[in-house]
Amino acid sequence: MTLMKKTLAASIAVAAASSMAMSTAQAEISDGEVRIGYLADMSGTYRDLAGPGGLSALEMAIEDFGGSVNGSPIVVFSADDRNSADVGANTVREWIDQRNVDMVAGLVASSVTIAVTKVLEENNGLGLVSGSAASSVTNEHCTPNHIHWVYDTYPLANGTAKAVVEQGGDTWFLLTADYAFGHALEADVTSVVEANGGQIVGGVRHPFPTNDFSSYILQAQGSGAKIVGLANAGADTVNAITTASQFGLTQSGQQLAGLLIFLNDVHALGLEATQNLLLTTGWYWDMDDQAREWSERYFEEVGRMPTMVQAGIYSSTMHYLKAVEAAGTDDPETVRAQMAEEPINDFFARNGRIREDGRMVHDMYLAQVKTPEESTGEWDLYEILSTIPAEEAYRPLSESQCKLVQN
Amino acid sequence: MTMIFGVPMAVFMGQLTLGLVNGAFYALLSLGLAVIFGLLKIVNFAHGAQYMLGAFAALLGFRYLGINYWLALILVPLVIGGLGMLVERFLLRRIAHLDHLYGLLLTFGLALIFEGTLVNFFGVSGARYATPEILQGGLNLGFMFLPTYRAWVLVAALTMCLFTWFMIERTRLGAYLRAGTENSQLMQAFGVNVPLLITLTYGFGVGLAAFAGVLAAPLYPVSPTMGSSLLIVVFAVVVIGGMGSILGAILTGLGMGIIEGLTKVYYPEAANTVIFLVMILVLMLRPAGLFGKEA
Repeated sequence: MTLMKKTLAASIAVAAASSMAMSTAQAEISDGEVRIGYLADMSGTYRDLAGPGGLSALEMAIEDFGGSVNGSPIVVFSADDRNSADVGANTVREWIDQRNVDMVAGLVASSVTIAVTKVLEENNGLGLVSGSAASSVTNEHCTPNHIHWVYDTYPLANGTAKAVVEQGGDTWFLLTADYAFGHALEADVTSVVEANGGQIVGGVRHPFPTNDFSSYILQAQGSGAKIVGLANAGADTVNAITTASQFGLTQSGQQLAGLLIFLNDVHALGLEATQNLLLTTGWYWDMDDQAREWSERYFEEVGRMPTMVQAGIYSSTMHYLKAVEAAGTDDPETVRAQMAEEPINDFFARNGRIREDGRMVHDMYLAQVKTPEESTGEWDLYEILSTIPAEEAYRPLSESQCKLVQN
Repeated sequence: MTMIFGVPMAVFMGQLTLGLVNGAFYALLSLGLAVIFGLLKIVNFAHGAQYMLGAFAALLGFRYLGINYWLALILVPLVIGGLGMLVERFLLRRIAHLDHLYGLLLTFGLALIFEGTLVNFFGVSGARYATPEILQGGLNLGFMFLPTYRAWVLVAALTMCLFTWFMIERTRLGAYLRAGTENSQLMQAFGVNVPLLITLTYGFGVGLAAFAGVLAAPLYPVSPTMGSSLLIVVFAVVVIGGMGSILGAILTGLGMGIIEGLTKVYYPEAANTVIFLVMILVLMLRPAGLFGKEA
């Protein structure tokens, strides 16, 4: 009888203890799983700069982290936003409502990002934005529920345009993609050029996307400007550079300035057409040993060298998982606070920190595309000329319109 | 300097020339569509993808088999056209008796499959195809620097257009074709193999798209999505010219190239929409299109 009582008491105690353990685990990591959604353009214009290669980077981060946080497995969902704000916002809403996704990674086209971060704010989610360019993502569109990781239009203009004007390129003709991102970049470039004593002598706002740039290149040639600035991205930039080389733009003494150029663009265009182009980048695979080591691992996995966005997806996911582990919870608010507490210094970011507006500021780099003679391999494309320190690269908080910043 | 509507004469002439080059492209592509629609009544939504396949075949042929540009210009249309004939024989023929809409959906689906498969292997950034040496450099026309290759595109595209028009409107084979689509049973009674004629015609239309693709390869980055952006414009050109009108497609293609080129100077923001504005106007005033015979 006593034996039975003892056994009964013991089993009740064990059951109670285990159910308590379960309930605390649930309070810490929701559903007992860390759920990450990867949203990006998987098939369109922006596929190669993030896309499936970004998903591979995310999976690498999870694998390197060990596949689980404090015993809770990490689960990944992924979807193609097809560069549509509606598709992106609806996907994320469904992820949060039905699958209890804790964090959304990727996020490329700025229009999609702005729509998705609104959904995240309404539903208290968390977004780590790696692909978007518009600086408004952490300015007028900032939320307490997202962090912008890799780069934005402010340092792009500040880095490239400033360097070009300082080298004597003081008259500019701008080719601008006629939508929000192009307008933002155009405004940022104009103010940088003028602040440094240069002048915008003309420009064209071309439809997005444009197939044939010959007419615009002819207009740029006619303008007499020393510099033809490309305030566009992706296929438009690639097309414009190809056409410029066909029309002998650089041979006739004008110079191109690409304001948003990714590694995959230069790789696609080839060095013959892009040599000596100045550009600003958040990261380059061959910039130092740490970056090289990671990139070589990535190359083995994917078969291409990573863009700054793909590297940023790994970096931000790793930082997130560490924060979840340290905080012992995947509650968005707690994790975001934990992420902001830790400075970021990894293979991707140098002197990185997350500001209250959600901007992750880190060192940026002014680079120049190598000539075919200088390049030693298929992916040996950039030469890093100088570092733009983290605190100078991004829009200062004193100029911020973000509602989270007290000005 | 002489000015035309506030634009220097030289700039105006330059834009006119470029418009003509682009127009020749539109003409060549819309011609293929017009041939296929006019004779087979198939709305070929795979036309853009077939144009893209032409460019890709030239690129891969050069990369892996060492086939040069001139050879590609002949071989690629034959190969891609042959592929088109297989599509007609084994897919389109099965739905020939159904509503046009089924052909449209089938070809659209094929286009998505071609594009998606290539995106999977090659990504979307595109690759460069070198301009053949003899066509590198440019011509100084006095008012502009015209890359030699673009001048060649203009000549090649127009020659091909005229050849096609001649074949269909002025030869016995062309007459069979036109009669075969008008009344296929009667033609078969005369001993003409109409199904074979139809297969050949579809293959020819697809070959035209592939020919345009090879011409485009040195001009634009060769990417799986290069056809889909062009297809809609080309459809608008066909609608403006009148569905099925061969001469209409050629003249409208050239005209639209010029109108688009001038829009790029006077109001660049509207460059992508101007052709559709013309289309709306034409549909309102002449629903059959500028050169169409039936509504």
